[in-house]
Amino acid sequence: MLALILRCALRNPLRHRLRTTLTVAGIVVAILAFGLLRTVVSAWYAGADAASDKRLITRNAISLAFSMPLAYAERIRGVEGVTGVSWANWFGGIYIDARNFFPQSAVDAETYFSLYPEFVLPEEQLTAFRRDRRGAVAGAKLAARYGWKVGDVIPIKGTIYPGNYEFVLRGIYHGARSSTDENQFLFQWEFLNERIKQLSMARVNQIGVFLVGIDEPSHAAAVSKRIDETFRNSLAETLTETEKAFQLSFVAMTGTIVNAIQLVSYVIILIIMAVMANTMAMSARERTREYATLKALGFRGWVVASLIYAESMAIALVAGGIGIAATGPAARFVGSKLDAIFPIFNVSPGTIQQQWAAALVIGITSALIPARRAVRVKIIDGLRQVL
Amino acid sequence: MKRVPLSYIWRNLATRKLTTVFTAGGMALVVFVFTAVLMLEAGLRSTLVDTGRTDNVMVIRAASETEIQSVLDLTQSAIVSTQPHIARDESGRELLSKESVVLISLTKKGGGPANVSIRGTHEISLSLRPQVKLVEGRMFRPGSSEIVVGRSIRDGFEGVALGQSLRFARRDWQVVGIFDAGKTGFNSELWGDAEQMMQSFRRTAYSSILFQLDSASAFDAVKKSLQDDRRLTVEVKRENQFYADQSKVMAGFISILGMTLSIIFSIGAIIGAMITMYAAVASRTAEIGTLRAIGFRRGNILVAFLIESLLLSLCGGLAGLLAASAMQLVSVSTMNWQTFSELAFSFTLTPRIVVTSLAFSLFMGFLGGVLPAWRAARLKIVDALRSN
Repeated sequence: MLALILRCALRNPLRHRLRTTLTVAGIVVAILAFGLLRTVVSAWYAGADAASDKRLITRNAISLAFSMPLAYAERIRGVEGVTGVSWANWFGGIYIDARNFFPQSAVDAETYFSLYPEFVLPEEQLTAFRRDRRGAVAGAKLAARYGWKVGDVIPIKGTIYPGNYEFVLRGIYHGARSSTDENQFLFQWEFLNERIKQLSMARVNQIGVFLVGIDEPSHAAAVSKRIDETFRNSLAETLTETEKAFQLSFVAMTGTIVNAIQLVSYVIILIIMAVMANTMAMSARERTREYATLKALGFRGWVVASLIYAESMAIALVAGGIGIAATGPAARFVGSKLDAIFPIFNVSPGTIQQQWAAALVIGITSALIPARRAVRVKIIDGLRQVL
Repeated sequence: MKRVPLSYIWRNLATRKLTTVFTAGGMALVVFVFTAVLMLEAGLRSTLVDTGRTDNVMVIRAASETEIQSVLDLTQSAIVSTQPHIARDESGRELLSKESVVLISLTKKGGGPANVSIRGTHEISLSLRPQVKLVEGRMFRPGSSEIVVGRSIRDGFEGVALGQSLRFARRDWQVVGIFDAGKTGFNSELWGDAEQMMQSFRRTAYSSILFQLDSASAFDAVKKSLQDDRRLTVEVKRENQFYADQSKVMAGFISILGMTLSIIFSIGAIIGAMITMYAAVASRTAEIGTLRAIGFRRGNILVAFLIESLLLSLCGGLAGLLAASAMQLVSVSTMNWQTFSELAFSFTLTPRIVVTSLAFSLFMGFLGGVLPAWRAARLKIVDALRSN
């Protein structure tokens, strides 16, 4: 019995090849778009997901636009539970044109890479970077995008720190994991500080953020509190949070956009649900006479209903499968185009699960109304039905 | 032969209600997204463009792009403020404001932290920016720790209502007034006394200088003289241009994202229309044969089915547009990447968007209907009559 239903259900879609093909095409596009949109959302959170729970970030309590004195480094180092301190200043310069955006930071050459073990840099390149005041290190993706090689001179125009800067690429780092950001441009903080001396003495020895390594992730809250208490009522009060919280605060600032994309990703599922439901409604209407005949032969209402459900599910799942299979290559393509905005653009297993779930929901809901109609139709009306 | 009557076409849609509703519903959703994106973009542009005036001049440090990054020390500020062409008000005061803009972190209602611009300014700036009106309370007193708050900030953030006080830079700042700046970016700012701000933020330099020209045509001359002055490293822009430039990245992002989505979504809706119209043709083959037999030409049939598809999409388009127009009540507040600070703007429906959206829905209807209509028109009378 079940086998019979299944066989009928799998043959039914083939009766209207054009319609089935169009429907499948529509669902493929929708599932693909849904998957890409979910990937955009997860790319937004990529920084927070890749954050280490053994690092804290200390910034000026007023906002990121304010700095802290370099002398804080030694005092933070003395706080209980702190295993390492490094620092960085956001540079925000322009490479050739404002469109070529990538994050640039002035970092402490001695301590930065030991605090970020996920940035893998060959030993000799690290040494070369430390030796050259104008030295810089770029992520592998970034270097590939602009075709940089070790030894190249990279000119960048400062916006926050005005002037023209010329860096020499001394190393290219690779990410330890696929979720590691390979889009960073790092150079020596000492170099920046020397240039600032020529600009304005008030901005010398000022730090944007301190990066703090801690001994135990579970101590994060306590250590943060101790650091902030050290600087309470000073000229630059601090706010210390875990790297994850710090990254999430960036996501929260553009939260409206993330929410909009999330909302829109569900809208496409709704749209395709309407299309698919329409297909099923039409197929079922055309077959009303068949369904009445089946009923007249003694088949129960649920058999007729399951025919419609099985057909709908078959179309939705086949199309869903194609859409999901296409998501990987499509994401790689989109990711390579958008690597400046989203350094990490991977399709997560969660996204694929959601895609399957969406296909399932499309299949079930589309059959809902037609199946109910088919169950309810009286044999006599069904047989008399005019198309 | 006359055209196939419209009532025939219309009643076909009315007969198959479920199908019509599904197809038009899908299109309505697509048009909704399409329209909403256009409205968002228009809202953002109008917010930032309306923020500035053409006869106001904004001076910032060269290459700094935003007020936040700009630094103008006292010497440079003095040079800028002594040049000619600065307008004066009735009482003879110069319409010029040296301002200091910084970011502070505030907590959004029901959300995380967000960066908000706080502008240290002077009383005169109300004359420079006539679009800014106090709606509650009063202006801050010069030389005091008082601030006035933009309406969007009051609505969207914690702890900034009239009478409350904010703590930052080791001081408590009393909120003494709420201002409404219409649909402009100033609504997303806090204002206080410039000298007090600079003292507490330990700044010795201003961020920007805004002044009004005594005649709008003097702009080019002023720009040239300031940018050629070797004591200065400044960039000179008209105020409206300055703010318009700040919306570029965001507007570009919204429009690219929105257009990509609209194209992908419209594929779904076009397929939906195509399925519906093919089914309409298939189930009415005998009718088409009859119509042809009583003298309607192929062209008439083609047009009739095309009109049916266009009508269907128009229904969807109108429904989508109606839903989108309700979005005008919604205000969006997010971070502008270029300034790194919060900016509130609302969905704005313009006549142009209405026309574009309806044209877009008709375009989808046309693409969805043209192939099925072509098939209907090509049917041979005898075959069509013989079907069923």
